[in-house]
Amino acid sequence: MSAVFVDVAFWVLSVAAVGFGALVFRVDSMARATYALAVSFVAVGLALLLLGLEYVGIVTVLMMVMEMAIMAVFMVMYMGMNPALMPMNMVHSPRWAAGVAATTFVGLAALALLVPWPARRGAPPVDVTTALGNAIMGSKMLVMLTVSPVLFATLVAAVVLASARGRYDRFGDDLSRRPADDPAPGGVNR
Amino acid sequence: MGEVGQVGVGWVVVAALVLFAVAGAGAGLDGVLAARCSPLVEVARLVRQRRRRTVAADRPLWRIGGAGLLVVALLMVVVVPLGRWTVADLSVGVVWFNAMDVVVWAMVWLAGWGPNSVHSLVGGYRFLAQALSYELPLMFAITTPAVAAGSLRIADVVRAQQPLWFVVSMPVALLVFLTGVVAFSVWGPLGHPAGSDVAGGVLEELSGVDRLLVLAGRYALLAAGAAFGATLFLGGGNGPLLPAWAWSLTKTLALLAVLVAARRHAPSVRADRLAEVGWLVLLPLVLVQVLVVAVLAVAR
Repeated sequence: MSAVFVDVAFWVLSVAAVGFGALVFRVDSMARATYALAVSFVAVGLALLLLGLEYVGIVTVLMMVMEMAIMAVFMVMYMGMNPALMPMNMVHSPRWAAGVAATTFVGLAALALLVPWPARRGAPPVDVTTALGNAIMGSKMLVMLTVSPVLFATLVAAVVLASARGRYDRFGDDLSRRPADDPAPGGVNR
Repeated sequence: MGEVGQVGVGWVVVAALVLFAVAGAGAGLDGVLAARCSPLVEVARLVRQRRRRTVAADRPLWRIGGAGLLVVALLMVVVVPLGRWTVADLSVGVVWFNAMDVVVWAMVWLAGWGPNSVHSLVGGYRFLAQALSYELPLMFAITTPAVAAGSLRIADVVRAQQPLWFVVSMPVALLVFLTGVVAFSVWGPLGHPAGSDVAGGVLEELSGVDRLLVLAGRYALLAAGAAFGATLFLGGGNGPLLPAWAWSLTKTLALLAVLVAARRHAPSVRADRLAEVGWLVLLPLVLVQVLVVAVLAVAR
């Protein structure tokens, strides 16, 4: 990629990321806000490609689009009196929020500009994805092996606690009712 | 040609068979004509048709969703090689395809949301419910060839199938992949989000050019999925005698024929029923498939 192309792409993607991010608070519909945020994240993901981080960039696009699509489910599901379907204001306590946002931005930007960053030592590896995989999984394998079952157990526990119906509701007090008493029957006749 | 001469009485059976064959060809022709065989006819009809408008529609989102399916299909095939040629040889081509098929989630939902119409919206949400069931099995299905090839680059996956196509060692992954393609194309048995029980669902309010784009996008997604499946599981351009591009095309068309035929040979599966099928049948099956392939890859 030529340097000019990278420069142009960087600026276009950066402006898109910030612009669509700002749009999230300007539009008056939940759907537009959700997908403005998705476009902002897609721009960030594509900007990561410019760093040569192909895997991370494309996975960012994948995860963020998926996340925003799921958010569309929850926003209609959980919003009382369904304001998601009507025009609504996208900001709460705008003055406070603007103040906090401006302070945070100025602080972070000042840090980024004022910190004496160390010079780069060595060159990036040829295959960045492999290097990333080794960095995460290589020497930290024990940590990963411990963390993943804990995370998984947390997920399962959270779902079990959140679920209103357990097996006794489905199969009766002595767990002998077949087929199960489900409000919506599943596809495999459990 | 010589003189017309009389043949023995036994030939009367052959004469009857010839008549039946010709009559059958006539009936077949009538069927083809009744089905308006040329998609060009339908294109011409839709291009002429006026756009339907609905009250308080979110027009930008509706248009984006409607045109998006075709764009996504085009972006999908960017990484799919035709024989020895590919538009973009990304080092993570498999993940690229996956990211694009997730963008379909957004597009179908936006197409359902846009017109501000009940049945369209129901269709859009049906698609997301369906997506939650098929996406994970689909992800693992396209991970399987990558595991076997030891690379996410599609050129490497094709090269790894040099002696033997991956369909031999991973038939389950191919079946799950094809299910996923049918599902993200809102097609046939998994076309519930555009089902006739909700007056066409996401298609309900679409007319004219908008409808044309969505229908064309659906076929394009099927075709892109078939091309990707042919590359990942059927060896892509590998094959004897014919040039590589011809093999790619032949395999793609064969898979596409299977996908198109699925519409008339499989019953419709509702999203709520697909949830259990996806999570309790397809996902464990494809996980075992990945395990088998991973063990084979390590052993080699």
